[in-house]
Parts: sequence; C-alpha cells; structure tokens
Amino acid sequence: MEIFDLTIHELHEKLKAKEVSSVEATRAMLERIEAVDGQVNAYITVTPEQALVEAEAADRRIAAGDVAPLTGIPVGLKDIFITKGIRTTCGSRILENFVPPYDGTAVAKLKEQGAVIVGKLNQDEFAMGSSNESSYFGPVKNPWNLECTPGGSSGGSAAAIAARTATATLGTDTGGSIRQPASHCSCVGLKPTYGRVSRYGVIAYASSLDQVGPLTRDVTDAALLLGAVAGYDPKDSTSVNTPVPDYVAGLATGVKGLKIGLPKQYFIEGLDPDVKRAMDEAIALYKSLGAELREVSLPHTEYAVATYYLIATAEASSNLARYDGVRFGHRAEDVRGLKEMFAKTRAEGFGSEVKRRIMLGTYALSSGYYDAYYVKAQKVRTLIMQDFLNAFQEVDVLLTPIAPTPPFKIGEKLADPLQMYLSDIFTIPVNLAGTCGISIPAGFSAAGLPIGLQLIGKPFGEATILSTAYAFERETQWHLKKAPL
Amino acid sequence: MKYQVVIGLEVHTQLTTNTKIFCGCSTRFGAEPNSQTCPVCLGFPGALPVLNKQVVENAILAGLATNCSITQRNVFARKNYFYPDLPKGYQISQFDLPICQHGHLDIEVDGERKRIGITRIHMEEDAGKLVHADIPGVDDSCVDLNRACTPLLEIVSEPDMRSPDEAIAYLKKLHQIVMYLGICDGNLEEGSFRCDANVSLMPVGSTVFGTRAELKNINSFKFIKQAIEYEIERQAEILDDGGKVIQETRLFDPNTGTTRSMRGKEEAHDYRYFPDPDLVPVLIPDQWIEDVRATLPELPEAKRARYVAELGLPEYDAEVLVSSRELAAYYEETVALFPQAKTVSNWVMGEVSRALNEDNNRSITDCPVTPALLADLLKLMEKGTISGKIAKTVFDEMYKSGKAPEKIVEEKGLVQVSDTGAIEAMVDEVLNNNPAQVEQYRGGKETVFGFFVGQVMRASKGKANPAVVNELLLKKLQG
Ligand SMILES: [Zn+2]
Repeated sequence: MEIFDLTIHELHEKLKAKEVSSVEATRAMLERIEAVDGQVNAYITVTPEQALVEAEAADRRIAAGDVAPLTGIPVGLKDIFITKGIRTTCGSRILENFVPPYDGTAVAKLKEQGAVIVGKLNQDEFAMGSSNESSYFGPVKNPWNLECTPGGSSGGSAAAIAARTATATLGTDTGGSIRQPASHCSCVGLKPTYGRVSRYGVIAYASSLDQVGPLTRDVTDAALLLGAVAGYDPKDSTSVNTPVPDYVAGLATGVKGLKIGLPKQYFIEGLDPDVKRAMDEAIALYKSLGAELREVSLPHTEYAVATYYLIATAEASSNLARYDGVRFGHRAEDVRGLKEMFAKTRAEGFGSEVKRRIMLGTYALSSGYYDAYYVKAQKVRTLIMQDFLNAFQEVDVLLTPIAPTPPFKIGEKLADPLQMYLSDIFTIPVNLAGTCGISIPAGFSAAGLPIGLQLIGKPFGEATILSTAYAFERETQWHLKKAPL
Repeated sequence: MKYQVVIGLEVHTQLTTNTKIFCGCSTRFGAEPNSQTCPVCLGFPGALPVLNKQVVENAILAGLATNCSITQRNVFARKNYFYPDLPKGYQISQFDLPICQHGHLDIEVDGERKRIGITRIHMEEDAGKLVHADIPGVDDSCVDLNRACTPLLEIVSEPDMRSPDEAIAYLKKLHQIVMYLGICDGNLEEGSFRCDANVSLMPVGSTVFGTRAELKNINSFKFIKQAIEYEIERQAEILDDGGKVIQETRLFDPNTGTTRSMRGKEEAHDYRYFPDPDLVPVLIPDQWIEDVRATLPELPEAKRARYVAELGLPEYDAEVLVSSRELAAYYEETVALFPQAKTVSNWVMGEVSRALNEDNNRSITDCPVTPALLADLLKLMEKGTISGKIAKTVFDEMYKSGKAPEKIVEEKGLVQVSDTGAIEAMVDEVLNNNPAQVEQYRGGKETVFGFFVGQVMRASKGKANPAVVNELLLKKLQG
C-alpha cells in the first residue's frame, strides 16, 4: 500500500501516529501526479511549492497536537473553485490566466482544517458537459480505460481519485457532475442538498442547481469531507441555516427496516445489461441486510432533461455575461469599439458547448419565448420536486442507476449533443428537486468498466444516504479495486 | 394645432446607506476610483450578492410616505445587457414584483391641488461610471466601479402631469419627502437624485397619448423645465409638419438647453429579465411594515397642516418652515422653548435664514445660534430687557461669536431704557430742537410722528423702550 493509495481516514491515523508526515504524503502525491497525470490529464494546474508550504504548516499543527480530520491531507480541487493566488480557469480559455484575489468558502474551510491543496483539476468548460471533453485544457482519460471518458463535468476530480493522484477531491454537481464521473471512475461522489454547502467562491454555471460535494475513495471519506465543507454561510443567500450533523458518527446505523424505493421510471428498457445486473445485485444485497424494497413512481421523470436544459442554460446565459474582457480574463486584441471587443473576446474565449448553452439559454429567456420555455420549465421543476416529496412519504431512500451505460469512449457522443444530454437522465432530477444523492462503486461491466449505484435522500438527508451507502460498502469489495495505472 | 403635453417621471434616488446593496463596500462619494470595491461589486467569478436589509426598510419607508401598498413577497430579477460599467453583465433589479405599488402624491400648482399617481418603486443596484483616461497618449476609456452596486430606489410615476410646472412640483415634493425620510441626500448634481422624463404630446381634447421620448441626463430642477419645454417645442414642430415622433431616448444638453437622440448607442433591448437565483425572495410580514411605519417621521404635508391648525401660523410661514426637515426641527425646538409661534417664525424666516444665506448658504443644522440661544434672545426681548431693534444687533453678534445673548447685552450695555424720567428728557430735547415739525404735527400732519420716534430712538442709541417713547411723545404733542 503506497501513501497515495490511502483514504483520508487511513492517512489521518498515520499522520496522527507520526508514521508519516504531511510533507512525505504530499511529496508522494506530487510524485504520483508527475508519474501518471501525463496519461490521465486530471490536473490543469499543479501547485507543488504552495502544497509543500501547506504541508509543512500541517506538520507543525500535528506536532502541536492540533489535528483536524483533514490536517495534512493532500486534496485536489475542481478548477471551478476560486483559489486566492492560484490560477482558476474553470476549464476555459476565457479564464486561462485568471488568478483570483480571494478564496471561496469551501476552500477557506479546507485551509482552516489544514488540508494541503496539491492542484486544480480538469473539468468540462464551465462545468458544461458529461464527458470532460469540453475542457480547453484537453479531455481527461478514464484511469480504468484510457480510451474512455471519466464522465463529467468533474472528470478530473473523479479521475484523480481513480488514478490515486489526490487523496480526496472537491467537485460540483449541477446535473450529475459529481455522481456520474464518480460512477464512471469507481469512486464515491456525493451531491449534497441545495443550500447545504456554500456556493461562495464557486464559479457559477446554473445558480439554482450548482452544489459543491466530495469525491473520495470510500464512504467514510465522503462523510468526513462533506462535514468539513458543509454549513450555513452568510455570504451565500441560498445557503441554509440548519445544523450539520456528525456524518461519520452516523455511518454504522445500518439499513434494517430502512425503506428503499425503486423508481420505476429509472429501471427502463434499454438500460445497459451490465448496469441492470449491478442494480439487481445491489437490491438483493440490501434485502439481505434487512431493508424493505418497494417500487415507487416519479411520474415526471421524462421531462427532467428538457427542463434542466432550459433552466440551466437560461441561468448560464446570464452567469457567463461577466466574461466580457473588461475586468479580468481573456480580452481580444485588435478590436474597434466596445461591441466588437465583447463579441470577439467571447467568441475566442468560449468553446462550442458553452456557446451552444449560452445561445439556448438566451433564447429561453427572450421576450416572446420566456413564458413558453423558462416559466414552463419552472412549473415542471415544481412537479418534479413534488414527485420526490411524494415518494419520500413512502420510503426513506431511493435506489437508482447513475447512468444508463458504463463509461463511453472519448469522442463517441461528441457529434450528438442530445445523446450526451440524455446520459444524465438519472442524475438531473435530483438537482431539479434540490435534494441529495450519492454515487458508490457497485461493480464492473464485462469490459471491466466501473458501474455506480445512486442513493437519493430527502432534503438534508445526507446522513441517511451515507449510512445506507456505508452498509453496502461494508459488504462489497468494489471500492477497494484499483484502476490499472 | 394646440397640443397637450403628457409627462411621466422616473426618478432614481441613491440611498444613504453606509454600505452597498449587495456587498459590504462603502458608498462614500468621491473616493479614489475603484477603491471601494470587492469581488462582489466587481462581478468576479464565484462572488454572490447578499441583500442589505436597510435598503428594504428604506424602500418600505418611501412606499409608506407615498401612499403605496407594500409587496410582501419580493423577488429580485436580473436585467441582462452588456456595458463596461455593468460588472456582471446584468443589473440586479426588480421586475414584476416591485416592493411598492399603486401610490400617489398630491401636488399644488397655482393654488390648484392635483393627485399624481405613483406606479411603482423598486430596489436595484447602480452601475459604475465610465471615465476618460487622463493619461497622455492613452485614448482608452476607464471604468470606476465605486458606484457599482450602490443602492437605488427607482420611483416611477404615472403619466399624470400636464405641464412642466406640474412635473417640477411633483419632483420637488418627492425630493422633499426622500430628504425628510433621511434615505437620500438629494444631491442632484452628484447624481443621488436623478430624473428621466417621458414626454409626449396629444391634440388638446384627445385622450390617446402620443409617442413619447425619454429624456435623460437632467440634473437640476431648472434643467427639467428646460428639457421638457424644449421637447414640447420639438415634438409640436414635428407633428405640425405632419411627421411622427419616434419613441427613443434623448439626452439633455445643459449647454444648449436642447435634447438630442441617443439612437445608435442604445438600441431596442430585450433585457431578458428573470428571477435572480442567487437571492431568495424577500418576505415582508405585516409586523415588519408596522415596525418601519413607527419610524416614519411627520411628513411635510402633515407638518404644514399642523403648523396652521395648531400653531396658528399663516399658510405661507408654514410652507417655508417645512421646506426642509432640519429647518422645521429648528423651528419646533425654538417654539418649544419660546412658545410664541409667529414671533419665532418671523425670526427663523427672517434673521436666521438671512444670516445663513449670507454665510455661504450654511446649513441650519450648523447654525451658531442654536434654538436654545435664539429662544433666550427672544425671551430678553419679551421681558423688555432689549428692544426688537437691539435684538437684531445682538443676534448678529451671537451669530458671529456664538455667545449667549445676556452676555452680549451686558458687555455692550444694550439694556433697554424704560425709565420715564430719562426718556422724557430726551423727548423734550427732540421737541425743542424741531419746532417746525411740531407745528406740522399740530397742524394735522400726523405722519411726522414717526420722525419724532426715530429722533428719540437715535438719541437713546436705540435703547429707549419704544412703547414708553410713543406714550410720552403722544402726551407731549397733544398736551
Ligand atoms: Zn463591494
């Protein structure tokens, strides 16, 4: 077992016991990045000098007996997180050289615990994508099969876990961007309830859907990292002031008597047979552990993708207006007048998927179309929320696949955006409903590609999905399997 | 053809909160460019707005003072457009759910009262300012974002005004109210109280409004009248020639007193308003409205009525005294110490105002003669210690030195002479020295009486009690 293979809680024990120092762990991680990231491309920016300074500080804390769960742990951040003094690109040319003057709240909380930031992770440009192919900094390769995508948009955050180039990472999830790549890379990824983690200092894609969450090697780590970043933040008006439970303490609750719902709209014809098999095995395992499983209905599921692509793009079209070349980021040269500066800056700075979504969103908000698209989508969103609330009257947790198929090949879906959009069909409704979901490793396809399982909880029911996931993880070995890298 | 002008006004009032509407930056005017900024008001990636609660309370105050109903579920909306002074590429404003609606103000022009409807009042953030670079060899424009994200209330009237004078009366009234509420410093030149006017013409007798032009950049009451008058002329000419007025934004040029089209610069916009997902709806329960109402000061109209009804002041005095909250406060404080309403009014409108005017329009709140000192002075006059004329001299001295009136009277020996013996001697002397005038008076020319009074007062250096002088003179002349 190498240092870079360890989980947060394993490394924490070793740090506390002084079997290893944070500097050693950080060096090991930086060397691992050096060795394998050329193949994976999970990192956009690696920050060795800064990381070692932070590691030294962490070692001083440890020596003084002041050890928080994340003290001295090498972590990576999706490049959507604003980091003071560290280039933050959001996977886009328009922010290629943007160095922010401040830290976001989640990053500040990690630093407070003494976590060591080893670098900024690759992602789809502005988190728009399901395959990490829209990044200006090149696609991320799936460590389980370098010809496959790691999923997206937090592709780098998931691939770094699988490639063991970070002990844990933070990602963001707007329509499945944590859970789907976690599934494709066989790691744990949790999308908290909207409002659970502050969005302050997270570059906005779709403000009403974006949420920060952990990607980790196991469920315990997810509980630890979520606990570290969750909580009310007066700087984010949409963050919710409700206490953060001790997620780790509740992990071993068990699933005896737990009511698990199987939404019939998620177990459709055309589900990949390997995915189907993995789901069946998981269902059987939960039954054997004493959970009650029953079918439930989420009747508006079929409208979720269309609803998402109206609301998310509408918000994005406005959120991305600030990239105009005036105050920061890329600015086109040799332009005459303002209009040309705006147009050329944005034409050069944004990639095609971002442009497609800005246009879609602009259209949805335009006068004459607003009611038919944006307003209608909001109404459907309310119905989808209601679906979940109704289902949670009957059951405690929902169990579903994360994606209809195992990871797909790089380039496979690029030509057909609609096909790409549909691959998020099982994750998008959770964002629209504003509730929480977790992806955990649940097996492999015949071709050896990872398959994830999704557990969806009630709003602020993170503790329940974590303990449900933990019960599964304790009985399975999937999370222990390493990518062949 | 004869035309009727139709005017509606949109007023932007900058609120006097210490910090901006969505971040903690200072709103102080005149600071070093871009020194009062942060990631939020610079529109940096990842930054989020947090609403300043005081802005909501100021808006409620404005709504209550203008007879509006208060919207209890408020939503902020994004108004999307690109401009270099707009950091986020959208302005956070309110769209279909403004905080105040359906209000009105009553104005008076040439003795006639008229009700002007207020359509809505909404909260929004201001944009920054474009400034031309003052760097040799550099032709670029620069952006100062100190003003970006400062709180504004936009107050939109109904198109109820029918003359430039009505427009001015409405604006002055509104200006007075926001100043009374203490929510705006009212400075037109610095742009804290900005007005856009929507002006259209229709044939007299018609009820169908014509096409309107929106006039911008009007930063004084005088210019508003000029701009509207020019616009009436311009549109009338077009209509008389059989042409059509185009709906457009026009910029007022204070140098020429004319308006010119901004076409090309500002085309028809689709602002793509939608609810801002970064801000939660602001819910205003009844109790909050009542709490704010409890802080509502007495407004000029009510004050004026009270001065007339309870203090017995003439309409004119009341009107002048309530013109600013500070002047009214000064007056009321003085009356509380010297309860002769009209006397105090005469002094405040007379000596006090004159002295302040002559002193570079000094503010009443900064007057060296405080209400307590003025009351002391008036008491001395009432007791007969000094005459009214001497009181004015003492006032000037008080204004200059800030000393108490008793002290000045004592130091300068200005105590009024009421001793009949001393005054009688002076009267006798004056009558003896002016036999011709005595003849005239006795011959029936009673107006000469004033001459004698003046002579006696002069002989006494103003200190003789005028009542005693009058009495003695009458006795001697008639006797
Ligand atoms: Zn600011």
